[in-house]
Amino acid sequence: MAEKTCDLFDCGHRACGGCGAALAARLVTKAAGKESIFVSSTGCMEVFSTPYPETAWKVPWIHSLFENAAAVASGIEAALKKQGRKEKVVIMAGDGATFDIGMICISGAFERGHDFTYICYDNEAYMNTGIQRSGSTPYDASTTTSPAGKYSFGNKRQKKDMPAILAAHGAPYVATTSIAYPADLLQKVEKAIATPGPSYVQIHAPCCTGWGFEGEQTIAIAKLAIETGLWVNYEMIDGKVTKVKKVVRKPVEEYLKTQKRFRHLFKPTRQDAEIAAIQAIADKNAEKFGIDIKLPPKKE
Amino acid sequence: MMEITEGSHAIAEAVRLCRPQVISAYPITPQTHIVEALADFVANGQLDAEYITVENELSALSACVGASAAGSRTYSATTSQGLMLMAEVCFNAAGMRLPIIMSIANRAMGAPLSIWNDQQDSIALRDSGWLQFYAEDNQEATDLHLLAYKVAEDHAIQLPAFVCFDGFILSHTYEPVDMLTQQDVDKYLPKFNPSERLDAADPISFGMYATPEYYLEFRYEMDQAQKRAKDVIAKAGKEFGAMFGRDYSALIEGYRLEDADTAIVAMGSICGTVKDAIDEMRADGKKVGLLKIRVFRPFPSEEIAKMLSHVKRVAVLDKNISLGAKGATVMEVRDALYGSTIPVKGYVLGLGGRDVRKRNIKEIVELTEKGPEDMFYGLRKELI
Repeated sequence: MAEKTCDLFDCGHRACGGCGAALAARLVTKAAGKESIFVSSTGCMEVFSTPYPETAWKVPWIHSLFENAAAVASGIEAALKKQGRKEKVVIMAGDGATFDIGMICISGAFERGHDFTYICYDNEAYMNTGIQRSGSTPYDASTTTSPAGKYSFGNKRQKKDMPAILAAHGAPYVATTSIAYPADLLQKVEKAIATPGPSYVQIHAPCCTGWGFEGEQTIAIAKLAIETGLWVNYEMIDGKVTKVKKVVRKPVEEYLKTQKRFRHLFKPTRQDAEIAAIQAIADKNAEKFGIDIKLPPKKE
Repeated sequence: MMEITEGSHAIAEAVRLCRPQVISAYPITPQTHIVEALADFVANGQLDAEYITVENELSALSACVGASAAGSRTYSATTSQGLMLMAEVCFNAAGMRLPIIMSIANRAMGAPLSIWNDQQDSIALRDSGWLQFYAEDNQEATDLHLLAYKVAEDHAIQLPAFVCFDGFILSHTYEPVDMLTQQDVDKYLPKFNPSERLDAADPISFGMYATPEYYLEFRYEMDQAQKRAKDVIAKAGKEFGAMFGRDYSALIEGYRLEDADTAIVAMGSICGTVKDAIDEMRADGKKVGLLKIRVFRPFPSEEIAKMLSHVKRVAVLDKNISLGAKGATVMEVRDALYGSTIPVKGYVLGLGGRDVRKRNIKEIVELTEKGPEDMFYGLRKELI
């Protein structure tokens, strides 16, 4: 077992206070341990962690381009195999790099079956370039390229189902987790790394700057995403859902109200139909994954 | 041992003997025979390498970036559209100082789609930081792969390199080639020993971002490495000559140039045609010579200026064009001759596989004697 330390992603990086992605990096490196090589795509994390000549990474780390982390990792894995080396290859990429621009490289690498772990820190938009929508941006979120306006309620589409796409590639281990549940995150990343072949972990990582909330609210908001059913923590082994985080669900409104990106749903006038549509997304998630804890009926 | 073989096969054999540990490539005409042959070598145990069959060229070169950074000798091959899909990775690999070797079976760029030869593809990436070697024949194409590894991996250089040869004209042509043995190549090319690599025992960060306080110096260092490559090529080329009898120490070569009035400057397989045309013109008493450019990056400006100093006129043949400007070679040659009064005339010719024959070369020499305006040569006027 690799030695565990808590400082492989070191302090002193340039992330915003309350950055969910920075917390994800700290937890993922802790789970991966020293005997690993990290590959980053272009994005917030790459920029805030490696302004030359400083680096926050105490594990070997490489960044090549925005779209090619999975291909770079393929090459590293092949080289390690040829050299008889045992380090684990871990990718850390944002949702834009994963859901959009890197999709071809990811599909190719998963189909070829390289032994690596692909971590997507999902903050649901292009944060590094100033909060533009990605294929992971949720329905009705206002971003700089899907702004709410007189004729718009924000992003018109739901999140792409990336875990299902990668499970369909035959990935033996696919999981979703959240920075609000560090024990779950650590366990899933460890499991992903220990699983031979390509594995995928998608981490919900709220962005205070992009979503519009105070930095100290990051964990609370990540928790609310789970508690409303808008984010589901689950595990898929060989394509079958094996473990789901169950909750006593709260109305989606409690999550939406905390963030400026959904403010147009409440001000200047409340948009009941849109809130109902988002509630329907959460209801569908709940039904699909069976997340609802049924409470006994209250005694009169 | 001399063997009559296809260019692609001879190149694949040379690459095999260089012992790349990771090969990553994607099929594209006219390069495909090389990577097919390498796949066969791996499948039959003649080459102990990881062969990654990627989903496109961008990933082909990206996988080489990862493997090279992890400390393995890497190889890829492509051409034309495939090279353009790699363009972003090309700049990146050079910036990270990864000595990847890539064969380019030179081919025209679409649109219109053309699978035939010119040199627009690699020329379009002349600014990417890669060393660029151009072969006249299949022997040279084969040998230059060994030279390229030796130069690129030298710690004073650490830059990737294209080995360019004309698609179909060389890649698919059978010629006698002196095939080296594993023993020969092992003696010439040491094991890959990068100065840095991704290693858990000594963690470093590759590919960081640089603010305006740092960026300029990175580019300067790359340019310095390109310039140092002239000496490293001279040394490695001389060593090649001492071992195998073919000396590649010069970045440019003259052919019957010493007493020439008219010099033709060219690059790639066209040099063979030019040499034959020169022999015939010489027999008719015309003093014509060739300056062949073998290395386009680093560009041998001073060497060219010196070698052309005595001629009365220069004709530069470009199988490429920077549209709205001129052929890449004529611009560089004029720059090299800046301050001299030697007239230089540029010819854009042979694009998209248009054949260039001895009689065309003779006509170009006549045109050059008449005046120095640059021109497209061989246009079909009825189509314009």
